[in-house]
Amino acid sequence: MQRIGVFVCWCGTNIAGTVDIDQVKQAAEKIPGVVNVQDYQYMCSEVGQNLIKNAIKEQKLDRVVIASCSPRMHEATFRKAAKSAGLNPYLVEIANIREQCSWVHKNKEEATEKAIALVRAAVAKATLNTELVPGEIGVEPRALEIGGGIAGIQTALDIAEAGYKVDIIEKTPSIGGKMAQIDKTFPTLDCSACILTPKMVDASTHPNINLYTYSEVEAVQGYVGNFEVTIRQKARSVNADKCTGCGICTDKCPSKKAESEFDEGLRKRGAIYIPFPQAVPNVPVIDREECLKFKTGKCGLCERVCPSGAIEFNQEDTLVTQKYGAIVVATGYDLINLDKFGEYPYTEHPDVITSLEFERLTSAAGPTAGKFLRPSNGNKPKKVVFVQCVGSRDKSSRGKTYCSKICCMYTAKHAMLIKEKYPEIEVYVFYIDVRTPGKNFDEFQRRAVEEYGVNYIKGMVGKVFPEGDKLQVHGVDALSSETLIIDADMVVLAAATKAKDDAQELGRKLSISTDANNFFTEAHPKLRPVETHSAGIYLAGACQGPKDIPETVAQSSAAAAKAIGLLNKGKLVNNPCVSQVDEQICSGCLACTKMCPYEAISSQVIEVKEQGKIVKKTVAHVNEALCQGCGGCTVTCRAGALDLKGFMNRQILAEVDAICL
Amino acid sequence: MKFSYYPGCTLKTKAQELEKFALNSAAALGVELEEQKEWQCCGAVYPLAEDEIGTKLSSVRALAEAAQKNEKLITLCAACHHVIKRVNEDMKTKDDVKNKVNNYLQLAQDYQGEAEVIHYLEMLRDEIGFDKLAEKVTNPLTNRKIGAYYGCLLLRPAETMNFDDPENPSIIEEFIKALGATPVKYPYRTECCGGYLSLDNKELAQEMTDNIMKSALKNEVEELVTACPLCKYNLENKNGKIAISYFTELLAEALGVKE
Ligand SMILES: Cc1cc2nc3c(=O)[nH]c(=O)nc-3n(C[C@H](O)[C@H](O)[C@H](O)COP(=O)(O)OP(=O)(O)OC[C@H]3O[C@@H](n4cnc5c(N)ncnc54)[C@H](O)[C@@H]3O)c2cc1C
Repeated sequence: MQRIGVFVCWCGTNIAGTVDIDQVKQAAEKIPGVVNVQDYQYMCSEVGQNLIKNAIKEQKLDRVVIASCSPRMHEATFRKAAKSAGLNPYLVEIANIREQCSWVHKNKEEATEKAIALVRAAVAKATLNTELVPGEIGVEPRALEIGGGIAGIQTALDIAEAGYKVDIIEKTPSIGGKMAQIDKTFPTLDCSACILTPKMVDASTHPNINLYTYSEVEAVQGYVGNFEVTIRQKARSVNADKCTGCGICTDKCPSKKAESEFDEGLRKRGAIYIPFPQAVPNVPVIDREECLKFKTGKCGLCERVCPSGAIEFNQEDTLVTQKYGAIVVATGYDLINLDKFGEYPYTEHPDVITSLEFERLTSAAGPTAGKFLRPSNGNKPKKVVFVQCVGSRDKSSRGKTYCSKICCMYTAKHAMLIKEKYPEIEVYVFYIDVRTPGKNFDEFQRRAVEEYGVNYIKGMVGKVFPEGDKLQVHGVDALSSETLIIDADMVVLAAATKAKDDAQELGRKLSISTDANNFFTEAHPKLRPVETHSAGIYLAGACQGPKDIPETVAQSSAAAAKAIGLLNKGKLVNNPCVSQVDEQICSGCLACTKMCPYEAISSQVIEVKEQGKIVKKTVAHVNEALCQGCGGCTVTCRAGALDLKGFMNRQILAEVDAICL
Repeated sequence: MKFSYYPGCTLKTKAQELEKFALNSAAALGVELEEQKEWQCCGAVYPLAEDEIGTKLSSVRALAEAAQKNEKLITLCAACHHVIKRVNEDMKTKDDVKNKVNNYLQLAQDYQGEAEVIHYLEMLRDEIGFDKLAEKVTNPLTNRKIGAYYGCLLLRPAETMNFDDPENPSIIEEFIKALGATPVKYPYRTECCGGYLSLDNKELAQEMTDNIMKSALKNEVEELVTACPLCKYNLENKNGKIAISYFTELLAEALGVKE
């Protein structure tokens, strides 16, 4: 007969307030096999744990049942305590009489009855528990960074500095992300390129960092510590090893019709181009949709002028497969499309621009060399109107319900940048609320109003009418209820931020989830902000939600710390509660292999003795390192040949019997 | 192509041309519009009160009859279209309205929003197609600079009316183009004409229509077209610098059926 100990926790009044502890104890004592029953106010406390440990030793217990909170809360705690007392931790069973009982019931009598049933079930299962020993898996000491914006760069640098190899996959031809497009940064107004470029260079020259630019994630397999990622390196049509970045090809390219992505369409670029002067790597790429050689077969001028023979028209995409211990997702964000906002004639009028276009127009490296001029006629504007919350905090189908968080600050920045250069320009800002929490943020916005005389108007713009060479802005001042008409020369729209269009697709490849707005979901909104629900995959930057640079960088270093912690372990203990095949029963139908979401089951041929003869037989085979213990296969198996260790069919049935019989 | 057709009161009184030209053109286009036998006033204004049921009944009758015939219901007057379309939406989405209306009407079969109501312009765009329409034009309106005046009723609320982009519509401009004329976009083409304000606040209504006219003039619009009798009334009451007519008149002219 087994020697089972039952320990009933009060959890202060959390359990004891609704469940009669004494009755539970009395009932437990009557269950066959139970030799010791004790209660305590907080079983998870050190005193409580010692109580369990002593009982195991003194009473020679070989099974332990703890009636307490959810196993998600303290199963690990109690298993550890049992282990230190010399008992295999998998012989500990939890009866959840808090979340599943005392918290959800009011009637003490009924709750007590239910608690007793739950204890009985746990004892029935514990009786059948067997000793399990977890195995170990190695951790590949290399991390992958998806996305090469400031988030990806910062995380990669931190991980590389800790001594681990990091690869960055960046979709576009250069790393840098949106920060590279920004002119000056709030709240200090330091030049964005001046603080970003050195980091980009560090990333490209660090011995531990390897860049895959113009590349994408093709497929992801494996699991924490052992991801196997296939990377698609798109054909650049330029040999990066031979190219010296001299730029002759981009100068000579006769096709100059494409809109520069980096300059938000405010400037044209060639079919062979380097996205911006500080691009890393400083290697051009051929846009095959625009290139005359690809379109018509003629031209090939770049090939002729290249002094180092680096142009390779016949380059093809290449696939590289690499193993990683940890993955950090840092794919950033975008701004919404403004097609549906017809009241601001953005699509029709060149002087109505987005905030990101504004950044390019004030940048010294931008299309106007930093002179703030009207795109329509090249004249200096006299009045500029900023409209905030274009699509943010907007419940209609064309907008986003959330606050984009960065616009109040960058609009204040834009207003000051204008005033700094041209104090005579009148600047108006329409806002719903000014939201500037953050270190030195509110002071920054107030400076725009108090020192620079920017006109802040609480209210929305109803419509912008192009009138002659002016943009007549019709708005309302909600504080005075006055309708305002401003004859502006330019209108700048703070378009809402949005998740990347391919976020869901990437999420599926990585088995990580996205929220209602397609931003990646963190494992816990407060306590695990950079982890995902998939072990070994972390989040950094605006791909998790709108963020400014300070917050992005803080989160990036946090993600790096998590990744380093994982890589540093070297080995991981794996969950022994995995599936196992009874090869005698298995019919080899392999329905389980199709069901398994982790590709942990394969087939194998074994030799068995049948009626005295040795015959070959196909059976399912579980890769214990890949199995996550979900149990899906056990219910798929028609023959009942699959069973989950720690949750065997007969254990579950014993629980059911204990409750129902 | 056959449709149930709901005219509405204004078309039988003040806006007779709107209907006359529409019917002539439909015939020329091979579209059969069968006027509903017992149509009643749509109520003229969509009742916003959640518990107002009586004024929705006549719209439902029209809709139910079309549903029973398995035909789409065509409207011409912007106001009627607005009311009937929104009532139909209520019948689809508001259980309370649906139950009460059906209790009142005691139709042979309960009506639950099965019918589809489309405006004549939508019929031209979606059923015939503006490209096909262009092929049928016998008298193209070449060299005429025509501005569309949309008004509010066809466009808003956008989710329900589902007619066109409420801030930057294009259906009437595309229509004008199909007839061979040159559409002129002017900024005020979707601004309110003042609606019923012209009854009790003439000054304000005047100011509103003045703004529209000014904007059209500035952009060298030579003539205006609309689908709404009230808009036309408000716009032509004023300085009259630019003539405003119904879109159907233009259509009849281009198809050579304007007597
Ligand atoms: C107009 C404007 C002004 C701003 N001004 C300021 C300011 O003054 N101060 C401030 O603190 N913040 C400012 N911001 C916010 C700032 O842009 C963000 O905080 C910052 O860019 C977030 O960095 P990130 O790396 O998370 O994302 P991103 O900058 O978006 O970088 C993401 C990178 O990942 C790449 N990528 C995306 N998808 C994939 C994929 N599937 N595979 C591989 N690579 C991928 C992208 O190409 C990009 O390079 C401003 C934003 C705007 C719009």
